[in-house]
Amino acid sequence: MTRLRPDTYVLGGLRRLGSVSIFLVQLLIQCVPALARPGLLVAQVYNAGARSLIIIMLSGLFVGMVLGLQGYDLLRRFGSEEALGIAAALGLLRELAPVITALLFAGRAGTALTSEIGLMRATDQLTAMEIMAVDPLRYVAAPRFLGGLIAMPLLTAIFSVIGLYGAQLVGVQMMGVDRGVFWSQTQGAVDLHDVNEGLVKSLAFGLACSLIAVHEGYHAEPTAEGVALATTRTVVASSVMTLLLDYVLTAVFL
Amino acid sequence: MSSTGSRHATSAAPAGDVVVAVRDVHYVAGGRPIFAGLDLEVRRGRITAIMGPSGTGKTTLLRLVTRQIAPARGQVTVFGEDLSGLGRSEVYALRRRMGMLFQNGALLTDMDVFENVAFPVREHTDLPEPLVRLLVLTKLQAVGLRGAAQLMPGELSGGMARRVALARAIVMDPEILLYDEPFVGLDPISLGFILRLIKHMNQALGITSVVVSHDVQELATIADDSYLISEGRVAAAGTPAELKASDSAAVRQFMTGGADGPVPFHYPAPDYATQLLEADER
Repeated sequence: MTRLRPDTYVLGGLRRLGSVSIFLVQLLIQCVPALARPGLLVAQVYNAGARSLIIIMLSGLFVGMVLGLQGYDLLRRFGSEEALGIAAALGLLRELAPVITALLFAGRAGTALTSEIGLMRATDQLTAMEIMAVDPLRYVAAPRFLGGLIAMPLLTAIFSVIGLYGAQLVGVQMMGVDRGVFWSQTQGAVDLHDVNEGLVKSLAFGLACSLIAVHEGYHAEPTAEGVALATTRTVVASSVMTLLLDYVLTAVFL
Repeated sequence: MSSTGSRHATSAAPAGDVVVAVRDVHYVAGGRPIFAGLDLEVRRGRITAIMGPSGTGKTTLLRLVTRQIAPARGQVTVFGEDLSGLGRSEVYALRRRMGMLFQNGALLTDMDVFENVAFPVREHTDLPEPLVRLLVLTKLQAVGLRGAAQLMPGELSGGMARRVALARAIVMDPEILLYDEPFVGLDPISLGFILRLIKHMNQALGITSVVVSHDVQELATIADDSYLISEGRVAAAGTPAELKASDSAAVRQFMTGGADGPVPFHYPAPDYATQLLEADER
Protein backbone atom coordinates (compact mmCIF):
# COMPACT_ATOMS: atom_id res chain seq x y z
CA MET A 1 0.00 0.00 0.00
CA THR A 2 1.38 3.40 -0.98
CA ARG A 3 1.70 5.94 1.78
CA LEU A 4 0.59 9.48 1.09
CA ARG A 5 3.66 11.67 1.45
CA PRO A 6 3.10 15.11 3.04
CA ASP A 7 4.75 16.94 0.13
CA THR A 8 2.46 15.16 -2.34
CA TYR A 9 -0.50 16.19 -0.23
CA VAL A 10 0.64 19.81 -0.10
CA LEU A 11 1.42 19.89 -3.82
CA GLY A 12 -1.98 18.36 -4.57
CA GLY A 13 -3.66 21.03 -2.46
CA LEU A 14 -1.73 23.81 -4.15
CA ARG A 15 -2.54 22.41 -7.58
CA ARG A 16 -6.19 22.31 -6.66
CA LEU A 17 -6.10 25.89 -5.36
CA GLY A 18 -4.42 27.00 -8.58
CA SER A 19 -7.00 25.17 -10.66
CA VAL A 20 -9.90 26.78 -8.75
CA SER A 21 -8.28 30.24 -9.06
CA ILE A 22 -7.81 29.92 -12.82
CA PHE A 23 -11.36 28.62 -13.13
CA LEU A 24 -12.64 31.65 -11.16
CA VAL A 25 -10.88 34.05 -13.52
CA GLN A 26 -12.31 32.21 -16.56
CA LEU A 27 -15.76 32.26 -14.97
CA LEU A 28 -15.60 35.97 -14.16
CA ILE A 29 -14.65 36.71 -17.78
CA GLN A 30 -17.64 34.68 -18.97
CA CYS A 31 -19.97 36.31 -16.41
CA VAL A 32 -20.11 39.51 -18.48
CA PRO A 33 -21.72 37.86 -21.55
CA ALA A 34 -23.76 35.63 -19.24
CA LEU A 35 -25.33 38.74 -17.70
CA ALA A 36 -26.64 39.60 -21.14
CA ARG A 37 -28.73 36.40 -21.08
CA PRO A 38 -31.25 37.22 -18.33
CA GLY A 39 -33.36 34.19 -19.17
CA LEU A 40 -30.58 31.75 -18.30
CA LEU A 41 -29.68 33.72 -15.19
CA VAL A 42 -33.23 33.90 -13.86
CA ALA A 43 -33.62 30.15 -14.38
CA GLN A 44 -30.50 29.51 -12.30
CA VAL A 45 -31.52 31.94 -9.53
CA TYR A 46 -34.79 30.01 -9.44
CA ASN A 47 -32.99 26.65 -9.30
CA ALA A 48 -30.51 27.66 -6.61
CA GLY A 49 -32.73 30.09 -4.71
CA ALA A 50 -36.44 29.43 -5.04
CA ARG A 51 -36.01 25.68 -4.86
CA SER A 52 -34.07 26.06 -1.59
CA LEU A 53 -36.75 28.24 0.01
CA ILE A 54 -38.59 25.55 1.94
CA ILE A 55 -35.49 24.15 3.63
CA ILE A 56 -34.17 27.66 4.36
CA MET A 57 -37.47 28.86 5.83
CA LEU A 58 -37.99 25.75 7.94
CA SER A 59 -34.42 25.83 9.22
CA GLY A 60 -34.66 29.56 9.90
CA LEU A 61 -37.82 29.06 11.92
CA PHE A 62 -36.36 26.28 14.06
CA VAL A 63 -33.00 27.98 14.57
CA GLY A 64 -34.85 31.15 15.62
CA MET A 65 -37.03 29.18 18.03
CA VAL A 66 -34.02 27.45 19.59
CA LEU A 67 -32.30 30.82 19.85
CA GLY A 68 -35.42 32.15 21.60
CA LEU A 69 -35.39 29.29 24.11
CA GLN A 70 -31.68 29.29 24.84
CA GLY A 71 -31.46 33.07 24.82
CA TYR A 72 -34.36 33.44 27.19
CA ASP A 73 -32.92 30.84 29.58
CA LEU A 74 -29.51 32.53 29.60
CA LEU A 75 -30.74 36.12 29.85
CA ARG A 76 -33.24 35.28 32.59
CA ARG A 77 -30.31 34.35 34.87
CA PHE A 78 -29.16 37.96 34.64
CA GLY A 79 -32.65 39.40 34.71
CA SER A 80 -32.30 40.72 31.15
CA GLU A 81 -35.01 38.82 29.28
CA GLU A 82 -35.91 42.03 27.45
CA ALA A 83 -32.60 41.83 25.61
CA LEU A 84 -33.77 38.64 23.86
CA GLY A 85 -34.65 40.56 20.70
CA ILE A 86 -31.16 42.07 20.48
CA ALA A 87 -29.46 38.74 21.09
CA ALA A 88 -31.56 36.95 18.49
CA ALA A 89 -31.29 39.68 15.89
CA LEU A 90 -27.54 40.14 16.19
CA GLY A 91 -26.87 36.42 16.39
CA LEU A 92 -28.94 35.78 13.31
CA LEU A 93 -27.89 38.73 11.19
CA ARG A 94 -24.18 38.56 11.85
CA GLU A 95 -23.55 34.87 12.30
CA LEU A 96 -26.20 32.20 12.20
CA ALA A 97 -28.15 33.22 9.10
CA PRO A 98 -25.17 33.53 6.71
CA VAL A 99 -23.38 30.43 8.03
CA ILE A 100 -26.35 28.07 8.26
CA THR A 101 -27.77 29.28 4.95
CA ALA A 102 -24.40 28.60 3.31
CA LEU A 103 -24.17 25.12 4.83
CA LEU A 104 -27.72 24.31 3.72
CA PHE A 105 -27.04 25.82 0.30
CA ALA A 106 -23.97 23.59 -0.09
CA GLY A 107 -26.04 20.53 0.77
CA ARG A 108 -29.03 21.34 -1.41
CA ALA A 109 -28.15 23.65 -4.30
CA GLY A 110 -24.39 22.94 -4.36
CA THR A 111 -24.77 19.20 -4.74
CA ALA A 112 -27.49 19.70 -7.36
CA LEU A 113 -25.18 22.00 -9.34
CA THR A 114 -22.22 19.62 -9.15
CA SER A 115 -24.14 16.51 -10.10
CA GLU A 116 -25.99 18.28 -12.91
CA ILE A 117 -22.82 19.64 -14.52
CA GLY A 118 -20.92 16.42 -13.81
CA LEU A 119 -23.60 14.37 -15.54
CA MET A 120 -23.59 16.78 -18.47
CA ARG A 121 -19.86 16.09 -18.73
CA ALA A 122 -20.34 12.33 -18.41
CA THR A 123 -23.01 12.24 -21.13
CA ASP A 124 -20.94 14.35 -23.57
CA GLN A 125 -23.36 17.28 -23.39
CA LEU A 126 -20.56 19.74 -22.61
CA THR A 127 -18.41 18.27 -25.40
CA ALA A 128 -21.35 18.54 -27.80
CA MET A 129 -21.65 22.24 -26.91
CA GLU A 130 -17.95 22.74 -27.57
CA ILE A 131 -18.28 21.04 -30.96
CA MET A 132 -21.24 23.32 -31.72
CA ALA A 133 -18.89 26.24 -30.94
CA VAL A 134 -20.85 27.15 -27.81
CA ASP A 135 -18.60 27.71 -24.81
CA PRO A 136 -20.00 25.63 -21.92
CA LEU A 137 -18.26 27.94 -19.48
CA ARG A 138 -20.45 30.75 -20.76
CA TYR A 139 -23.64 28.77 -21.33
CA VAL A 140 -23.56 26.33 -18.39
CA ALA A 141 -21.04 27.35 -15.73
CA ALA A 142 -21.29 31.16 -15.60
CA PRO A 143 -25.11 31.40 -15.24
CA ARG A 144 -25.07 28.75 -12.50
CA PHE A 145 -22.25 30.50 -10.67
CA LEU A 146 -24.02 33.87 -10.87
CA GLY A 147 -27.33 32.27 -9.91
CA GLY A 148 -25.79 30.91 -6.69
CA LEU A 149 -24.06 34.20 -5.99
CA ILE A 150 -27.32 36.13 -6.30
CA ALA A 151 -29.45 33.57 -4.46
CA MET A 152 -27.27 33.31 -1.35
CA PRO A 153 -27.82 36.86 0.09
CA LEU A 154 -31.54 36.60 -0.69
CA LEU A 155 -31.81 33.26 1.10
CA THR A 156 -29.78 34.64 4.02
CA ALA A 157 -32.13 37.61 4.34
CA ILE A 158 -35.15 35.31 4.36
CA PHE A 159 -33.46 33.05 6.93
CA SER A 160 -32.83 36.10 9.19
CA VAL A 161 -36.40 37.34 8.99
CA ILE A 162 -37.98 33.95 9.60
CA GLY A 163 -35.45 33.22 12.37
CA LEU A 164 -36.28 36.47 14.12
CA TYR A 165 -39.97 35.65 13.97
CA GLY A 166 -39.14 32.20 15.37
CA ALA A 167 -37.30 33.77 18.31
CA GLN A 168 -40.19 36.19 18.82
CA LEU A 169 -42.67 33.29 18.73
CA VAL A 170 -40.89 31.54 21.59
CA GLY A 171 -39.77 34.61 23.56
CA VAL A 172 -42.97 36.65 23.33
CA GLN A 173 -45.75 34.11 22.78
CA MET A 174 -44.45 31.31 24.99
CA MET A 175 -42.10 32.87 27.54
CA GLY A 176 -43.91 36.12 28.08
CA VAL A 177 -41.32 38.69 27.01
CA ASP A 178 -43.04 41.96 26.22
CA ARG A 179 -43.67 42.29 22.47
CA GLY A 180 -43.00 46.03 22.36
CA VAL A 181 -39.74 45.70 24.27
CA PHE A 182 -38.63 42.80 22.05
CA TRP A 183 -39.06 44.76 18.82
CA SER A 184 -38.01 48.21 20.07
CA GLN A 185 -34.78 46.88 21.57
CA THR A 186 -34.11 45.00 18.35
CA GLN A 187 -34.72 48.12 16.30
CA GLY A 188 -32.52 50.23 18.55
CA ALA A 189 -29.56 47.86 18.74
CA VAL A 190 -29.26 46.65 15.17
CA ASP A 191 -27.52 49.12 12.88
CA LEU A 192 -26.39 49.08 9.27
CA HIS A 193 -22.98 47.70 10.24
CA ASP A 194 -24.60 44.47 11.46
CA VAL A 195 -26.68 44.13 8.31
CA ASN A 196 -23.58 44.78 6.20
CA GLU A 197 -21.64 42.10 8.05
CA GLY A 198 -24.30 39.54 7.23
CA LEU A 199 -24.53 40.75 3.64
CA VAL A 200 -20.76 40.63 3.04
CA LYS A 201 -20.56 37.18 4.63
CA SER A 202 -23.42 35.83 2.55
CA LEU A 203 -21.85 37.21 -0.64
CA ALA A 204 -18.47 35.66 0.26
CA PHE A 205 -20.10 32.33 1.11
CA GLY A 206 -22.20 32.52 -2.08
CA LEU A 207 -19.07 33.06 -4.15
CA ALA A 208 -17.17 30.24 -2.43
CA CYS A 209 -19.99 27.69 -2.46
CA SER A 210 -21.09 28.39 -6.05
CA LEU A 211 -17.49 28.39 -7.29
CA ILE A 212 -16.70 25.09 -5.59
CA ALA A 213 -19.92 23.45 -6.80
CA VAL A 214 -19.50 24.55 -10.41
CA HIS A 215 -15.76 23.77 -10.45
CA GLU A 216 -16.23 20.29 -9.04
CA GLY A 217 -19.00 19.48 -11.51
CA TYR A 218 -17.11 20.89 -14.46
CA HIS A 219 -13.99 18.89 -13.65
CA ALA A 220 -15.68 15.71 -12.45
CA GLU A 221 -14.46 12.41 -13.85
CA PRO A 222 -17.05 11.41 -16.47
CA THR A 223 -18.16 8.30 -14.57
CA ALA A 224 -20.84 7.56 -11.98
CA GLU A 225 -18.16 7.26 -9.30
CA GLY A 226 -16.48 10.47 -10.47
CA VAL A 227 -19.71 12.46 -10.21
CA ALA A 228 -20.47 10.98 -6.77
CA LEU A 229 -16.98 11.88 -5.58
CA ALA A 230 -17.27 15.41 -6.95
CA THR A 231 -20.61 15.88 -5.18
CA THR A 232 -19.12 14.76 -1.88
CA ARG A 233 -16.14 17.07 -2.35
CA THR A 234 -18.54 19.97 -2.97
CA VAL A 235 -20.24 19.51 0.40
CA VAL A 236 -17.00 19.00 2.32
CA ALA A 237 -15.05 21.82 0.67
CA SER A 238 -17.96 24.28 0.77
CA SER A 239 -18.63 23.61 4.46
CA VAL A 240 -14.99 23.96 5.48
CA MET A 241 -14.54 27.07 3.33
CA THR A 242 -17.70 28.64 4.79
CA LEU A 243 -16.50 28.16 8.36
CA LEU A 244 -12.97 29.35 7.52
CA LEU A 245 -14.25 32.45 5.75
CA ASP A 246 -16.66 33.07 8.62
CA TYR A 247 -13.78 33.26 11.09
CA VAL A 248 -11.76 35.58 8.84
CA LEU A 249 -14.68 37.90 8.11
CA THR A 250 -15.80 37.99 11.76
CA ALA A 251 -12.27 38.99 12.74
CA VAL A 252 -12.30 41.71 10.07
CA PHE A 253 -15.66 43.12 11.14
CA LEU A 254 -15.04 43.14 14.88
CA MET B 1 1.32 -2.22 -44.31
CA SER B 2 -0.64 -4.03 -46.94
CA SER B 3 -0.21 -3.56 -50.62
CA THR B 4 -3.49 -1.67 -50.64
CA GLY B 5 -2.27 0.54 -47.89
CA SER B 6 0.99 1.29 -49.56
CA ARG B 7 -0.69 4.16 -51.36
CA HIS B 8 -3.26 6.63 -50.13
CA ALA B 9 -6.86 6.53 -51.18
CA THR B 10 -6.48 10.25 -51.70
CA SER B 11 -3.19 10.31 -53.50
CA ALA B 12 -4.74 11.61 -56.70
CA ALA B 13 -6.68 14.39 -54.98
CA PRO B 14 -5.67 17.97 -55.73
CA ALA B 15 -4.43 19.76 -52.55
CA GLY B 16 -7.40 22.16 -52.58
CA ASP B 17 -9.81 19.25 -52.37
CA VAL B 18 -8.43 17.98 -49.11
CA VAL B 19 -10.67 19.07 -46.23
CA VAL B 20 -8.94 17.16 -43.43
CA ALA B 21 -5.30 16.13 -43.51
CA VAL B 22 -3.63 14.11 -40.76
CA ARG B 23 0.14 13.96 -41.11
CA ASP B 24 2.45 11.73 -39.09
CA VAL B 25 0.29 12.07 -35.97
CA HIS B 26 1.46 10.52 -32.73
CA TYR B 27 -0.83 10.43 -29.72
CA VAL B 28 -0.46 8.74 -26.35
CA ALA B 29 -3.28 8.27 -23.82
CA GLY B 30 -2.70 6.90 -20.33
CA GLY B 31 0.80 5.79 -21.28
CA ARG B 32 -0.55 3.72 -24.20
CA PRO B 33 0.35 4.84 -27.73
CA ILE B 34 -2.88 5.29 -29.71
CA PHE B 35 -1.37 6.68 -32.91
CA ALA B 36 2.20 6.19 -34.10
CA GLY B 37 2.58 8.02 -37.38
CA LEU B 38 -1.01 8.20 -38.62
CA ASP B 39 -1.46 9.67 -42.12
CA LEU B 40 -4.78 10.16 -43.83
CA GLU B 41 -6.78 12.63 -45.88
CA VAL B 42 -10.46 13.41 -46.29
CA ARG B 43 -11.49 14.85 -49.62
CA ARG B 44 -14.23 17.39 -50.20
CA GLY B 45 -17.64 16.04 -51.15
CA ARG B 46 -16.77 12.42 -50.45
CA ILE B 47 -17.78 9.93 -47.79
CA THR B 48 -14.70 8.67 -46.01
CA ALA B 49 -14.97 5.62 -43.79
CA ILE B 50 -12.58 5.16 -40.90
CA MET B 51 -12.63 1.54 -39.83
CA GLY B 52 -10.72 -0.53 -37.37
CA PRO B 53 -11.12 -2.90 -34.44
CA SER B 54 -12.35 -1.53 -31.09
CA GLY B 55 -9.75 0.46 -29.22
CA THR B 56 -7.76 1.51 -32.28
CA GLY B 57 -8.48 5.20 -31.68
CA LYS B 58 -11.23 5.89 -34.21
CA THR B 59 -13.09 8.20 -31.83
CA THR B 60 -9.76 9.70 -30.75
CA LEU B 61 -9.19 10.64 -34.39
CA LEU B 62 -12.46 12.61 -34.39
CA ARG B 63 -11.39 14.33 -31.20
CA LEU B 64 -8.12 15.32 -32.89
CA VAL B 65 -9.95 16.64 -35.96
CA THR B 66 -12.31 18.74 -33.81
CA ARG B 67 -9.35 19.97 -31.72
CA GLN B 68 -10.68 18.58 -28.45
CA ILE B 69 -7.22 17.13 -28.00
CA ALA B 70 -3.87 17.90 -29.59
CA PRO B 71 -1.39 15.37 -30.97
CA ALA B 72 1.94 14.83 -29.23
CA ARG B 73 3.60 15.06 -32.64
CA GLY B 74 2.48 15.59 -36.20
CA GLN B 75 0.00 17.89 -37.85
CA VAL B 76 -3.76 17.99 -38.27
CA THR B 77 -5.16 20.47 -40.79
CA VAL B 78 -8.84 21.17 -41.34
CA PHE B 79 -10.01 23.40 -44.21
CA GLY B 80 -6.32 24.09 -44.82
CA GLU B 81 -5.67 25.44 -41.33
CA ASP B 82 -3.15 23.82 -39.02
CA LEU B 83 -5.10 23.21 -35.79
CA SER B 84 -2.03 23.48 -33.55
CA GLY B 85 -1.64 27.18 -34.36
CA LEU B 86 -5.24 28.16 -33.68
CA GLY B 87 -6.57 30.05 -30.65
CA ARG B 88 -9.85 29.26 -28.95
CA SER B 89 -11.96 31.67 -31.00
CA GLU B 90 -10.40 30.42 -34.25
CA VAL B 91 -11.12 26.82 -33.25
CA TYR B 92 -14.73 27.79 -32.50
CA ALA B 93 -14.98 29.54 -35.90
CA LEU B 94 -13.74 26.35 -37.54
CA ARG B 95 -16.17 24.18 -35.58
CA ARG B 96 -19.08 26.24 -36.85
CA ARG B 97 -18.32 24.77 -40.26
CA MET B 98 -18.48 21.22 -38.83
CA GLY B 99 -21.19 18.99 -37.48
CA MET B 100 -20.68 15.93 -35.33
CA LEU B 101 -22.94 13.04 -34.48
CA PHE B 102 -22.01 11.56 -31.11
CA GLN B 103 -22.26 7.87 -30.40
CA ASN B 104 -24.79 8.45 -27.60
CA GLY B 105 -26.47 11.46 -29.20
CA ALA B 106 -25.33 13.85 -26.43
CA LEU B 107 -28.66 15.68 -26.46
CA LEU B 108 -29.11 18.43 -23.89
CA THR B 109 -31.35 16.80 -21.31
CA ASP B 110 -33.03 19.96 -20.03
CA MET B 111 -34.52 20.80 -23.45
CA ASP B 112 -37.10 19.06 -25.61
CA VAL B 113 -36.29 17.69 -29.05
CA PHE B 114 -37.29 20.91 -30.83
CA GLU B 115 -35.12 23.09 -28.60
CA ASN B 116 -32.19 20.68 -28.95
CA VAL B 117 -32.25 21.05 -32.72
CA ALA B 118 -32.85 24.80 -32.46
CA PHE B 119 -29.97 25.22 -29.98
CA PRO B 120 -27.12 25.95 -32.45
CA VAL B 121 -29.40 28.19 -34.52
CA ARG B 122 -30.38 30.27 -31.51
CA GLU B 123 -26.78 30.47 -30.31
CA HIS B 124 -25.21 31.51 -33.59
CA THR B 125 -27.89 33.46 -35.45
CA ASP B 126 -30.51 36.11 -34.82
CA LEU B 127 -33.08 34.49 -37.04
CA PRO B 128 -36.72 35.35 -36.25
CA GLU B 129 -38.68 32.68 -34.42
CA PRO B 130 -40.86 31.65 -37.41
CA LEU B 131 -37.72 30.99 -39.45
CA VAL B 132 -36.10 29.00 -36.61
CA ARG B 133 -39.27 26.94 -36.38
CA LEU B 134 -39.27 26.32 -40.12
CA LEU B 135 -35.62 25.30 -40.10
CA VAL B 136 -35.99 22.95 -37.15
CA LEU B 137 -39.15 21.30 -38.45
CA THR B 138 -37.48 20.77 -41.85
CA LYS B 139 -34.53 19.00 -40.24
CA LEU B 140 -36.76 16.96 -37.95
CA GLN B 141 -38.83 15.94 -40.95
CA ALA B 142 -35.62 14.85 -42.69
CA VAL B 143 -34.87 12.43 -39.85
CA GLY B 144 -38.50 11.36 -39.52
CA LEU B 145 -39.07 12.82 -36.06
CA ARG B 146 -41.17 15.92 -36.67
CA GLY B 147 -43.87 14.32 -34.55
CA ALA B 148 -41.47 13.92 -31.62
CA ALA B 149 -40.61 17.63 -31.44
CA GLN B 150 -42.15 18.09 -28.00
CA LEU B 151 -40.65 14.98 -26.40
CA MET B 152 -37.82 15.22 -23.88
CA PRO B 153 -34.55 13.33 -24.56
CA GLY B 154 -35.35 10.92 -21.72
CA GLU B 155 -38.48 9.80 -23.58
CA LEU B 156 -36.56 8.80 -26.72
CA SER B 157 -35.08 5.43 -27.62
CA GLY B 158 -31.35 5.26 -28.39
CA GLY B 159 -31.96 5.23 -32.14
CA MET B 160 -34.39 8.15 -31.96
CA ALA B 161 -31.92 10.17 -29.86
CA ARG B 162 -29.25 9.54 -32.50
CA ARG B 163 -31.61 10.77 -35.23
CA VAL B 164 -32.42 13.93 -33.26
CA ALA B 165 -28.68 14.45 -32.76
CA LEU B 166 -28.25 14.08 -36.52
CA ALA B 167 -30.91 16.73 -37.13
CA ARG B 168 -29.05 19.00 -34.72
CA ALA B 169 -25.74 18.28 -36.44
CA ILE B 170 -27.08 19.30 -39.87
CA VAL B 171 -29.26 22.23 -38.80
CA MET B 172 -26.48 24.75 -39.48
CA ASP B 173 -25.68 23.15 -42.87
CA PRO B 174 -22.07 22.21 -42.05
CA GLU B 175 -19.45 21.65 -44.71
CA ILE B 176 -18.22 18.48 -43.05
CA LEU B 177 -20.10 15.98 -40.91
CA LEU B 178 -18.33 13.63 -38.51
CA TYR B 179 -20.21 10.50 -37.50
CA ASP B 180 -19.04 8.56 -34.47
CA GLU B 181 -20.37 4.99 -34.73
CA PRO B 182 -23.70 6.04 -36.28
CA PHE B 183 -24.99 2.47 -36.80
CA VAL B 184 -24.60 1.06 -33.29
CA GLY B 185 -27.87 -0.15 -31.76
CA LEU B 186 -30.10 0.88 -34.68
CA ASP B 187 -33.00 -1.27 -35.85
CA PRO B 188 -32.84 -2.32 -39.54
CA ILE B 189 -35.29 0.39 -40.63
CA SER B 190 -33.40 3.20 -38.85
CA LEU B 191 -30.10 1.78 -40.06
CA GLY B 192 -31.20 1.80 -43.70
CA PHE B 193 -32.66 5.26 -43.20
CA ILE B 194 -29.44 6.68 -41.68
CA LEU B 195 -27.37 5.12 -44.48
CA ARG B 196 -29.60 6.71 -47.12
CA LEU B 197 -29.54 10.03 -45.25
CA ILE B 198 -25.73 10.10 -45.12
CA LYS B 199 -25.60 9.33 -48.83
CA HIS B 200 -28.33 11.85 -49.65
CA MET B 201 -26.69 14.69 -47.70
CA ASN B 202 -23.44 13.90 -49.45
CA GLN B 203 -24.92 13.78 -52.95
CA ALA B 204 -27.60 16.48 -52.70
CA LEU B 205 -25.85 18.98 -50.43
CA GLY B 206 -22.23 18.08 -51.13
CA ILE B 207 -21.49 17.60 -47.41
CA THR B 208 -18.15 15.92 -46.80
CA SER B 209 -18.67 13.02 -44.43
CA VAL B 210 -16.31 11.13 -42.16
CA VAL B 211 -17.89 7.98 -40.78
CA VAL B 212 -16.12 6.22 -37.95
CA SER B 213 -17.43 2.72 -37.53
CA HIS B 214 -16.57 -0.93 -37.51
CA ASP B 215 -19.69 -1.94 -39.40
CA VAL B 216 -17.88 -2.99 -42.57
CA GLN B 217 -20.91 -4.10 -44.57
CA GLU B 218 -22.86 -0.89 -43.96
CA LEU B 219 -19.88 1.33 -44.71
CA ALA B 220 -19.10 -0.53 -47.91
CA THR B 221 -22.45 0.53 -49.36
CA ILE B 222 -21.90 4.26 -48.96
CA ALA B 223 -18.17 5.03 -48.59
CA ASP B 224 -16.13 6.52 -51.40
CA ASP B 225 -12.82 6.15 -49.56
CA SER B 226 -11.92 3.87 -46.68
CA TYR B 227 -9.12 3.71 -44.18
CA LEU B 228 -8.44 0.74 -41.98
CA ILE B 229 -6.58 1.75 -38.82
CA SER B 230 -4.64 -0.80 -36.85
CA GLU B 231 -1.82 -0.50 -34.31
CA GLY B 232 -1.74 3.29 -34.47
CA ARG B 233 -1.41 3.76 -38.22
CA VAL B 234 -3.25 3.22 -41.47
CA ALA B 235 -3.10 -0.48 -42.28
CA ALA B 236 -4.92 -0.13 -45.56
CA ALA B 237 -6.60 2.53 -47.65
CA GLY B 238 -8.70 2.54 -50.78
CA THR B 239 -12.27 2.10 -51.91
CA PRO B 240 -14.28 -0.50 -49.96
CA ALA B 241 -14.04 -2.81 -53.00
CA GLU B 242 -10.26 -2.46 -53.02
CA LEU B 243 -10.09 -3.23 -49.33
CA LYS B 244 -12.26 -6.31 -49.81
CA ALA B 245 -10.00 -7.51 -52.60
CA SER B 246 -6.86 -6.88 -50.54
CA ASP B 247 -4.39 -9.75 -50.29
CA SER B 248 -3.28 -8.59 -46.83
CA ALA B 249 -4.22 -11.15 -44.17
CA ALA B 250 -4.95 -8.43 -41.59
CA VAL B 251 -7.27 -6.53 -43.95
CA ARG B 252 -9.04 -9.71 -45.02
CA GLN B 253 -9.48 -10.75 -41.40
CA PHE B 254 -11.12 -7.44 -40.52
CA MET B 255 -13.29 -7.22 -43.63
CA THR B 256 -14.60 -10.78 -43.21
CA GLY B 257 -14.77 -10.71 -39.41
CA GLY B 258 -12.47 -13.67 -38.86
CA ALA B 259 -11.40 -14.46 -35.30
CA ASP B 260 -8.15 -16.05 -36.44
CA GLY B 261 -5.53 -13.92 -38.10
CA PRO B 262 -2.80 -11.37 -37.49
CA VAL B 263 -5.16 -9.01 -35.61
CA PRO B 264 -5.48 -10.53 -32.12
CA PHE B 265 -8.98 -10.90 -30.70
CA HIS B 266 -7.72 -11.48 -27.16
CA TYR B 267 -6.13 -8.81 -25.02
CA PRO B 268 -2.56 -9.91 -24.14
CA ALA B 269 -2.76 -12.45 -21.29
CA PRO B 270 -0.75 -15.37 -19.81
CA ASP B 271 -1.41 -18.88 -21.07
CA TYR B 272 -5.09 -19.82 -20.51
CA ALA B 273 -4.52 -23.36 -19.18
CA THR B 274 -1.69 -22.29 -16.89
CA GLN B 275 -3.79 -19.52 -15.40
CA LEU B 276 -6.77 -21.83 -14.83
CA LEU B 277 -4.54 -24.39 -13.11
CA GLU B 278 -3.01 -21.67 -10.94
CA ALA B 279 -6.51 -20.67 -9.85
CA ASP B 280 -7.27 -24.32 -8.96
CA GLU B 281 -4.12 -24.60 -6.85
CA ARG B 282 -5.12 -21.56 -4.83
